[in-house]
Amino acid sequence: MLKINNLHASVEDKAILRGINLEVKPGEVHAIMGPNGSGKSTLASVVAGKEEYEVTKGNIVFEGEDIEELGAEERAHKGVFLSFQYPVEIPGVSVTNFMKTAINETRKAKGLEDMPAKDMLKLIREKSELLEIDRKFLSRSLNEGFSGGEKKRNEIFQMAMLEPKLAILDETDSGLDIDALRIVANGVNKLKSKDNAVVVITHYQRLLDYIVPDFVHVLYNGRIVKSGGKELAHQLEEKGYDWIKEEVNA
Amino acid sequence: MDLKEKLVSSFLAFENKVDIDAYVHDVRSDAIKVFEEKGFPSKKEETWKYTSLNSVLKEDYSVFPKQENALDYKDVKKYFIHDIDAYKIIFIDGKYSSHLSQTTHDGIDVCLMSAALSKPKYQLIIENYFNKAAEKDSLSSLNTAFSSEGAYIHIPKNKVVEKPIQIIHFSTGNESATMLQPRNLIVVDENSHVQIIERHQSLTSNPVLTNSVTEIFANKRAIVDYYKIQNDNENASLIDHTFVKQSRESFASVHTFSFGGKLIRNNLNFYQNGERIDSTLKGITIIGKKQHVDHNTLVHHIEPNCESHQDYKGIFDDRSTGVFNGKVVVEKEAQKTNAFQANNNILISDKASINTKPQLEIFADDVKCSHGCTIGQLDESAMFYMRSRGIPEKEAKALLMFAFSNNVLSSVKIPELKQHITKIIANKLGVDLGFDL
Ligand SMILES: Nc1ncnc2c1ncn2[C@@H]1O[C@H](COP(=O)(O)OP(=O)(O)OP(=O)(O)O)[C@@H](O)[C@H]1O
Ligand SMILES: [Mg+2]
Repeated sequence: MLKINNLHASVEDKAILRGINLEVKPGEVHAIMGPNGSGKSTLASVVAGKEEYEVTKGNIVFEGEDIEELGAEERAHKGVFLSFQYPVEIPGVSVTNFMKTAINETRKAKGLEDMPAKDMLKLIREKSELLEIDRKFLSRSLNEGFSGGEKKRNEIFQMAMLEPKLAILDETDSGLDIDALRIVANGVNKLKSKDNAVVVITHYQRLLDYIVPDFVHVLYNGRIVKSGGKELAHQLEEKGYDWIKEEVNA
Repeated sequence: MDLKEKLVSSFLAFENKVDIDAYVHDVRSDAIKVFEEKGFPSKKEETWKYTSLNSVLKEDYSVFPKQENALDYKDVKKYFIHDIDAYKIIFIDGKYSSHLSQTTHDGIDVCLMSAALSKPKYQLIIENYFNKAAEKDSLSSLNTAFSSEGAYIHIPKNKVVEKPIQIIHFSTGNESATMLQPRNLIVVDENSHVQIIERHQSLTSNPVLTNSVTEIFANKRAIVDYYKIQNDNENASLIDHTFVKQSRESFASVHTFSFGGKLIRNNLNFYQNGERIDSTLKGITIIGKKQHVDHNTLVHHIEPNCESHQDYKGIFDDRSTGVFNGKVVVEKEAQKTNAFQANNNILISDKASINTKPQLEIFADDVKCSHGCTIGQLDESAMFYMRSRGIPEKEAKALLMFAFSNNVLSSVKIPELKQHITKIIANKLGVDLGFDL
């Protein structure tokens, strides 16, 4: 589904990603961990199509197609979704109107008619129930004044609405209390199938207790320096990153 | 002959066509003297520092229409808010079009300035109100000198006018260049309520210069909502002077939607003569190319316990330029004044510019006055966020712009008008929004 080959990316001539290789197949869950500033969010943004970052080497293949030249919206239309580490506040645009626009623009790109209002309402009701989001919340300006946890829950609500093939969740667990974490993780699991894939970026094991990864990768200094199964996450939780840094620097 | 000379000399010809014994004619004669003395404003004047009239004054305007022109409703329907029942006062090249209009004398007067100026039954109102709010600056005086036609609206006591009133000034472009000087008078008596929509629309690309004066009197407890749609052709320029005089406990609002035209200058003055008055001045400006929009506002707080709310949003693309000059004066007696002013701008292109200048002159000590102006770019992180959800760049941009202007748009009280303006904006931005804001 996703194949990243020797990806190098920089911003303002500063190299941040220095040769990432990663393959994600349908049905898989991958976790990416790593110290602060190692390049996790950058990797997620580059895959989602943020133009601020320049890809200097390597490529990203999604469903057999090199997506390097595609804009963020085109990648979204193909089924790439990024749950932001820091969701952006958009005053004056309600959650509902934002989602309606996102869904209908995606349909338009696929040559489909707008979703009938009735179906849209039904979908919104269904997905907001899944994430236990109050209906009143949906008429508020997107992310404006939302608490940290509300923002994250709202990201997963959007994911549920859009049903992407590849979801990259960048620290979706941070800011969530225990109940919210369970609700959000449960939401993600409900959406999982053998045809889609999830990449979870996190610092903590607790999310991975709910969303169990098939692979765990450690990103350090712009490279994936270690990969393993779910037990690697436990090891990191216990021992931190020093031993990995030592291994790399040795 | 330059335009000033042409205007001054055509005043004599004008006098041959109007009743020079009428009360207003003394007012006109005084006014032409003021204009003759002061001439057109230049950039040397403080309030004209950022707006030059040179490029619009150079045309060879015809100052009186030579012939009467007609228009078919179906050809101009789109300029009307046609999905509501409304009174209509319509002018074509400065002349009243009875065919397109729908006036009334049934309990209220929604009719013509020319009638009001000539018929005895309006004389008292004319003597009490005509030119009583307008400033005596050169351009207002020029309009006063030639004042003969426009809208005349008088709403007597305790009337809620159920239908909005639309005033539209069309120019057909039948002359190679046209100058128009409409003069509107609106008097709303105690406890009455009226909504008015005004528009200037040129139908060709021939140059048009409109120098318009509107005087609005909101008497005790009156409610007046006035909306200006400025979405004209690339060679049409508008200098608008609107003077609002309010008496106690009245509420008056003017919304100005500036989306097009070559040069637009809005002089909007509010004078509060009484306690517990509320004045609202709001505007959305969205322009591009080499267009220029200048908002020059004044709110004069004279008595205690009054409020004013100014909220202007501007979005400037290409090489367009904007000016916001907002003056608030709070006199010593005007204690407990609450004056709010905001001017927020987005520059889409790095060649666009805005000059924004709040001016507060506060002589009272127990007041709440706030003002803030911002100039920013489109939020790039918001753009990426929206695009990552599948919303294409153009639509994302439009959505951000709508969101930015939404505070002003949402205070439009006529839903059909709000829709109409939303559509103009969407058209301008080249998007089709699938929902109501
Ligand atoms: N737009 C940018 N301009 C300059 N530096 C940037 C930019 N984006 C990222 N960086 C730098 O790149 C490095 C990687 O940042 P990134 O946000 O990808 O880290 P991260 O692994 O997600 O960290 P965290 O765990 O704290 O979220 C950091 O040093 C960061 O400061
Ligand atoms: Mg990060």
